[in-house]
Amino acid sequence: MRSIIPVLTVVAVIMAIWYAAAVPMNAPWAYDVAKRADIELTFSDLVAATWSQDKPKLPAPHQVGVELWETTVQKNITSKRSLVYHAWITLSATLMGFGMGTVLGIMLAVGIVYNRVMDMSVMPWVIASQTIPILALAPMIIVVLNAVGISGLLPKAVISMYLSFFPVVVGMVKGLRSPEVMQLDQMHTWHASASQTFWKLRLPASMPYLFTSLKVAMAASLVGAIVGELPTGAISGLGARLLAGSYYGQTIQIWSALVMAAALAAVMVALIGLIQRIVLKRMGMAT
Amino acid sequence: MTDLKDAGLKDAGNPAAHPDVRGGAVISAKDLDLTFQTNDGPVHALKGVSLDIEKGEFVSFIGPSGCGKTTFLRCMADLEQPTGGSITVNGVTAAEARAARAYGYVFQAAGLYPWRTIGGNISLPLEIMGYSRTEQRDRVARVLELVELAGFENKFPWQLSGGMQQRASIARALGFDADILLMDEPFGALDEIVRDHLNEQLLKLWSRTEKTIAFVTHSIPEAVYLSTKIVVMSPRPGRITDVIDSPLPKERPLDIRESPEFLEIAHRVREGLRAGHGDD
Ligand SMILES: Nc1ncnc2c1ncn2[C@@H]1O[C@H](COP(=O)(O)OP(=O)(O)OP(=O)(O)O)[C@@H](O)[C@H]1O
Ligand SMILES: [Mg+2]
Repeated sequence: MRSIIPVLTVVAVIMAIWYAAAVPMNAPWAYDVAKRADIELTFSDLVAATWSQDKPKLPAPHQVGVELWETTVQKNITSKRSLVYHAWITLSATLMGFGMGTVLGIMLAVGIVYNRVMDMSVMPWVIASQTIPILALAPMIIVVLNAVGISGLLPKAVISMYLSFFPVVVGMVKGLRSPEVMQLDQMHTWHASASQTFWKLRLPASMPYLFTSLKVAMAASLVGAIVGELPTGAISGLGARLLAGSYYGQTIQIWSALVMAAALAAVMVALIGLIQRIVLKRMGMAT
Repeated sequence: MTDLKDAGLKDAGNPAAHPDVRGGAVISAKDLDLTFQTNDGPVHALKGVSLDIEKGEFVSFIGPSGCGKTTFLRCMADLEQPTGGSITVNGVTAAEARAARAYGYVFQAAGLYPWRTIGGNISLPLEIMGYSRTEQRDRVARVLELVELAGFENKFPWQLSGGMQQRASIARALGFDADILLMDEPFGALDEIVRDHLNEQLLKLWSRTEKTIAFVTHSIPEAVYLSTKIVVMSPRPGRITDVIDSPLPKERPLDIRESPEFLEIAHRVREGLRAGHGDD
């Protein structure tokens, strides 16, 4: 509860800055309109004008709020104009990519920890994979997958996976290696098999690392899914809303899609945090 | 490195087993050498170490830092491979003894798993060794009783003091009924009072269970109080300089430490340590 006041303070400050910035950003257009209509603008007229344009450079928070309200609560969720519908399209690709990325990341990490050759050869490639700009790669992935007849959800999920496996590999390699030499020696004195050492020591020891990685991976997955919607000229999904918004100068639509994406990421990360808390508490590792 | 070891690759590289029982000794080392190859050249952790430990003995190893006490214990446990000589445990090689779960090893730090309760920690080796669930439960209850931790089964390690954690780690090493207990400075990190108490408990446990115990320590009173045999070692190269058989009775109240016999042995140990220091 005590953390709510600082959070609200920060939100209030951001809102204030946002409103203030909207005035100079949208002022030229407001002056233009006034000049054409031959009206002198008082300061309060100017403020009112900059906060209520149809296609402002920077929409005011309440405009975004209204747009969000109209495209979520007031629209049937199956409607193509519902933001919830678009968010779901993006979320499904995000979750699929997140799942694939997590599995791939854990498998690579196990390989790296248990296999010397993989340890020496895989990690540089994993790092190199992340230095290629995803914006350059995404169209290629989609084109290639389309060429072999795969379209729809999967290509977007693949891009999500491409971004999300990385934090999982890095975190899990660290986590699986977190047991001390002494703990491994202990296992040795009990003549434990390699799989017993994995399931009873390495894997449980890596749990805190896994959850931290999963949070980063989830955020990366969402970015991946949105980026995956840009080059396809997709007609649905948050990425499509962003793209369509920028074609037609619908800044309010762009911002509401952005807010929706941020909210989605926040909810998913919070969900992982909740699972983390429950799991670690049951494991006696809550901090 | 450790990854390879626990992937089971170490076993493959073991020297051939020579099961030969030497005069019934539980642990028998003969001309044991262990040289570590380091970047600063070879380190002779053990050189020409020979020692027989009989069944039911309580043997302490004492000596300055770096004299190879830990290394010797680790050789008995098959955690380290000697570069020369031979060592048998229960009449077979250290590797075979480890595979037969012949010993329990207590490390300096308790090393309990934070995600397991005390009971869960103690049943960990039992799970690994394939004991049934009911058997696990019975054994956990029994060893907790033995180290006077009954009732703490469902607590997590962080809820226990350092001394209690170390007792739990001893219980863990006792659970699978190995006849040999290898202990590397198990009480090194504890304060004097707790240590006295644990020493007393350990002696009781030893006389009740008739285990063979090899015990590394830095403390002369601890070594003299606990042992039937005290092995004094000295470094560079790590070797045994004196083996003292204690004339103290098996029954030892704490105040035996003020008796003349006790002080005499302590004196001899101190002399041995000093001599080891003098000649390098
Ligand atoms: N894995 C290793 N690699 C290289 N050198 C080692 C290794 N383990 C031990 N040594 C060296 O072997 C020697 C003996 O070490 P050991 O740990 O057995 O001494 P110790 O008697 O247990 O000392 P302490 O009382 O400080 O615990 C030391 O010089 C140490 O530096
Ligand atoms: Mg040592």
